[in-house]
Amino acid sequence: MAESITFKFDVDGSDFTSAGQASADVKKNLRQLGLSPEIIRRVSIAMYEGEINMVIHAGGGQAFVTVSENDITILLSDKGPGIKDIDKAMQEGYSTATDNVRSLGFGAGMGLPNMKRYTDFMEIKSVVGEGTDITMRVDIK
Amino acid sequence: MKISTIKDLLEADVICNEELLEKEVYSACGSDMMSDVLAYVKDQAVLMTGLVNSQVVRTAEMMDMVCIVFVRSKQPTPEMIQLARESGIVLMATKRRMYEACGILYSNGLVGNKVNVG
Repeated sequence: MAESITFKFDVDGSDFTSAGQASADVKKNLRQLGLSPEIIRRVSIAMYEGEINMVIHAGGGQAFVTVSENDITILLSDKGPGIKDIDKAMQEGYSTATDNVRSLGFGAGMGLPNMKRYTDFMEIKSVVGEGTDITMRVDIK
Repeated sequence: MKISTIKDLLEADVICNEELLEKEVYSACGSDMMSDVLAYVKDQAVLMTGLVNSQVVRTAEMMDMVCIVFVRSKQPTPEMIQLARESGIVLMATKRRMYEACGILYSNGLVGNKVNVG
């Protein structure tokens, strides 16, 4: 693969039921590109956790997935409330999600730690009141 | 363990993708917290859960899981069944409770992902 390809997705923040559609589409696209199942799984899970976060905390946003020769980069961008304390948010078990979100199976405070676990690089840029950009990279070995 | 064996052991009713019952599963995971499920990766696993919403199927799809068993006779929505059909995930429902269902599969040799303690 000499050139990189970027896929762009709009994540609808109004409907929890349809969350995950962008991640499912990414998974299909990566399969078509012939990437290994393990790489595809890591990218899909990291993006899916991010997508769920955008839906439950930020009212949706945009996702950009760029596949190049050496790596896959995921940029998740939202105009939500921002993250007040990023170090705290990265701790397993810390969550600001509502009981309603917990009853749906999320909000255990595992989303961001999982995203870090499945990627080779992760950076969070967040401004309270303006939004959050998360960049993740998975290296293709 | 074959998915058909899981069906027999749990006396479960298959809801969709019956033609995939001869597939093998190598590990299992029982949880109602999808983020806990997502923290655990293992090839060709079965998910046992009492949670019913589309994100259960999405979670299994992201993790390449091959089968979801709903405990306490919970029934998936038509939307979930449609998603599972598209992703080739077998859905089934058992009358057993979570603890019992996990115990039956474990004692029959499906030991899941061992965690190192201490």
